Amino acid sequence: MAYSDKVLDHYENPRNVGSLDKNDPNVGTGMVGAPACGDVMKLMIKVNDSGIIEDAKFKTYGCGSAIASSSLVTEWLKGKTVDEAYAIKNSAIAEELALPPVKIHCSVLAEDAIKAAVADIKAKQLAVKVAA
Amino acid sequence: MSAFFSNQVYLDHNSTTALKTEVFEAMLPFMANQHGNPTSRHSFGRIARAAVEHAREQVAAAVGAYANQIVFTASGTEANNFAVHGICSNLDKGQILTSAIEHPCVSRPALAMQANGYKAHSIKVDNDCNINLAHLQKLLLAPTDLVAAMLVNNETGVIQDIAKIAEIARERKAYVHTDAVQALGKIPVDFFALGVHAMTVSSHKIGGPLGAGALVLDKRIDIQPLLYGGGQEKGLRSGTENVAAIVGFGVACDLATKNLSAFDVHTANLRDQLEIGLAKLKAVIFGYNGLRVANTSFFSFKDIEGETLVTALDKAGFAVASGSACSSDSDKPSHVLLAMGVDEDLARGAVRVSFGMSNTQEQVQHFLTALEKELNRLRNLTSIAA
Amino acid sequence: MSDREPIYLDYSATTPVDPRVAAKMIPYLTEHYGNPASRSHPFGWTAEKAVENARDEVAKLVGADPREIVWTSGATESNNLAIKGAANFYASTKGKHIITIATEHKAVIDAVRELERQGFTATYLEPEPDGLIDLAKFKAAIQPDTVLASVMLVNNEIGVIQDIEAIGKICRENNIIFHVDAAQATGKVKIDLENLPVDLMSFCAHKTYGPKGIGALYVRRKPRIRIEAQMHGGGHERGMRSGTLATHQIVGMGEAFRIAREEMATESERIRMLRDRLLAGLQGIEETYVNGDLEHRVPHNLNISFNYVEGESLIMAIKDIAVSSGSACTSASLEPSYVLRALGRSDELAHSSIRFSIGRFTTEADVDYTIELLKNKVSKLRELSPLWDMFKDGIDISKVQWAAH
Repeated sequence: MAYSDKVLDHYENPRNVGSLDKNDPNVGTGMVGAPACGDVMKLMIKVNDSGIIEDAKFKTYGCGSAIASSSLVTEWLKGKTVDEAYAIKNSAIAEELALPPVKIHCSVLAEDAIKAAVADIKAKQLAVKVAA
Repeated sequence: MSAFFSNQVYLDHNSTTALKTEVFEAMLPFMANQHGNPTSRHSFGRIARAAVEHAREQVAAAVGAYANQIVFTASGTEANNFAVHGICSNLDKGQILTSAIEHPCVSRPALAMQANGYKAHSIKVDNDCNINLAHLQKLLLAPTDLVAAMLVNNETGVIQDIAKIAEIARERKAYVHTDAVQALGKIPVDFFALGVHAMTVSSHKIGGPLGAGALVLDKRIDIQPLLYGGGQEKGLRSGTENVAAIVGFGVACDLATKNLSAFDVHTANLRDQLEIGLAKLKAVIFGYNGLRVANTSFFSFKDIEGETLVTALDKAGFAVASGSACSSDSDKPSHVLLAMGVDEDLARGAVRVSFGMSNTQEQVQHFLTALEKELNRLRNLTSIAA
Repeated sequence: MSDREPIYLDYSATTPVDPRVAAKMIPYLTEHYGNPASRSHPFGWTAEKAVENARDEVAKLVGADPREIVWTSGATESNNLAIKGAANFYASTKGKHIITIATEHKAVIDAVRELERQGFTATYLEPEPDGLIDLAKFKAAIQPDTVLASVMLVNNEIGVIQDIEAIGKICRENNIIFHVDAAQATGKVKIDLENLPVDLMSFCAHKTYGPKGIGALYVRRKPRIRIEAQMHGGGHERGMRSGTLATHQIVGMGEAFRIAREEMATESERIRMLRDRLLAGLQGIEETYVNGDLEHRVPHNLNISFNYVEGESLIMAIKDIAVSSGSACTSASLEPSYVLRALGRSDELAHSSIRFSIGRFTTEADVDYTIELLKNKVSKLRELSPLWDMFKDGIDISKVQWAAH
């Protein structure tokens, strides 16, 4: 399978690999996929008090396109509001990386990971509010 | 490339052809370091895949089709079997019509389908080897799955009006297959203009290697594979691609198209020279009144028996055929000649000369001289015996 | 790194043509171009003689009579011809049930599936976790109307060797036609058809340093096995398989099999040493699993799963070596290898499997380079892998509830 230069670049030099402190109330975690399907993405975002994503980290078990998709979104997320992040569409990821049709599901997974991470941070913040 | 038997003149190009130098050179890398399996995803595999796809473009261009209509097979025989079996198996059990002059690899699969409940019938030809369209129309009154008619007959070289046959068959909702193995490289072959649903071509008849053929398919028809397995050729023909042979086939197709008119002019001159000589020797030339490809002459002599002439010509240094190579083994006279109404004794003595680019006027002259000598000798023998 | 030729460790997908084989083939491309079926001139005779010499060589490697060898275009055609040909011929007398193994090559599985569409029934026997067949289970699968069994000698993905002799005996006792796909076996294990209770056996050249596009089917003469032709025409190969024979390819297969016969013993020893070296090196990596039995296995094959690393990304990381994940024929799909799944491997282990196949031109330096490369890349990908983190944290991944995707 021919990978685009952008996929290769992200795959060979993945950005923002790692984890954030999952117990930090400002950190949201999204873990999507399943080992049985051949890909699992863990995306963590750190949101400051004005709702801006300050940091994003990922770890991905999956093919080159899955790794590139998650690496790319960590770059995109930084500086965005959670709502802006929530609006990111898989088609934009697929287009940026020139994913072939059989790899579109990787971009879908990345979008799901963002949504899961945003949902997690919102739930955490809600819990903080309720507790307060 | 030169023939190994330097004293033997090769006049059997309809049986198989010498590999062209350019073809050999294109194939060589794929017999050495470019050894990948096209299905493999690593670089070895990708190089092999690219070579196969390039060859597919070349074959498609030579037959006036799109690359995605080409299914590579191991031979013309396989492509013909695939067409007859594959097309009919997905249809209601109707009849399969094959012309009386088809190669056995078209007619026998049709006969074999009778065991599965299909009916096989033969379409008559006239004395000049033309398919009898009135007979075809009559046969088509019964529900018909497939009409198979070859574009050029391997023995006589007679060209059929396939476009007309396809039109007639399509009116009766029958599918049409044409075996164009003997046509490619000799006359223009245009899949769309012929109006057929499937067409067979083969590599080794056009200066390509043995081991590659193709079925050109109308993408709208639903065809059942002959070989199941790894799902190569979009699932239509499983089995690791014969990369070197396919690459050679592609280049041979390019060359055949490029050299088409040169081939026609060159072999037409040789055949005219031959047939002028044959007329003087009182030969009967089969299909003479039909429209023929330029390189083929099929003839016999009323007073000369059986295979003796072919054997004598071989001893004199000329490689010719006695009917099609595939049936050379049997004593039966050519089914093509019998279908044309040629009497059995005359048919049994038939000699086929088929020219290629390497043949010369000098060779034809020598052939005629040798032929005359052998005829005289054989005629004397018979007259003494009588 | 990328300016070097990749190291070829995919000999089970296809082998390079041995230069000695190519040298033998070339004259039949350039000079002796006769059609072996042409009986009327020496161009045809020379070709025919070469074809018959090659037939002798193929027969010799496997202990058969040359008259038992039928040429085909490759193992796929041999398998299709054997399975469809025998099943159709014997259906009316023996019955319409077929036994095969879930880990067979697709050419066997899909030929059997086609027969199912025609009204046959089939049992796809699951092998044991080591890839081998339990003979008792094989026996239990036999039905009164079982006509044919098809079992491969050497598996293409995991290299395990089935006990063909024992399975063949069971077939004989039960009057079942026995077909063996030996495409991956020639030149790797000794085959003696004179003594093996096998009725039909498929071969191909391009897995044994011969050319692509040529194979053969062994059809036993005593007791005589009949098959229905699948390809009709000029009546070549005693009517069992029509079609002009590709002389140069047949010559290539003959020469490849001759070399295999003469060099198999020494070559296997050398390859075993390389395999042991590779295995020792890779087992130095944590959480690696060898797929398939190591004892009953050709030394040419090493199939290993690198847990917590996804297979495709691993292949991408090790593009300096040419290997395959799953069999070459199924590489285009995203499904994990059906062979490994049939062994009961979890999906993630199946996904992270790499097949290394070693061959005639593999060197010790190739093996050492491969070990180092794997060590580096597996560790890099595990740093990226959330599953590796979970494993290190002591979480049992099989117990995690994964969101459906």
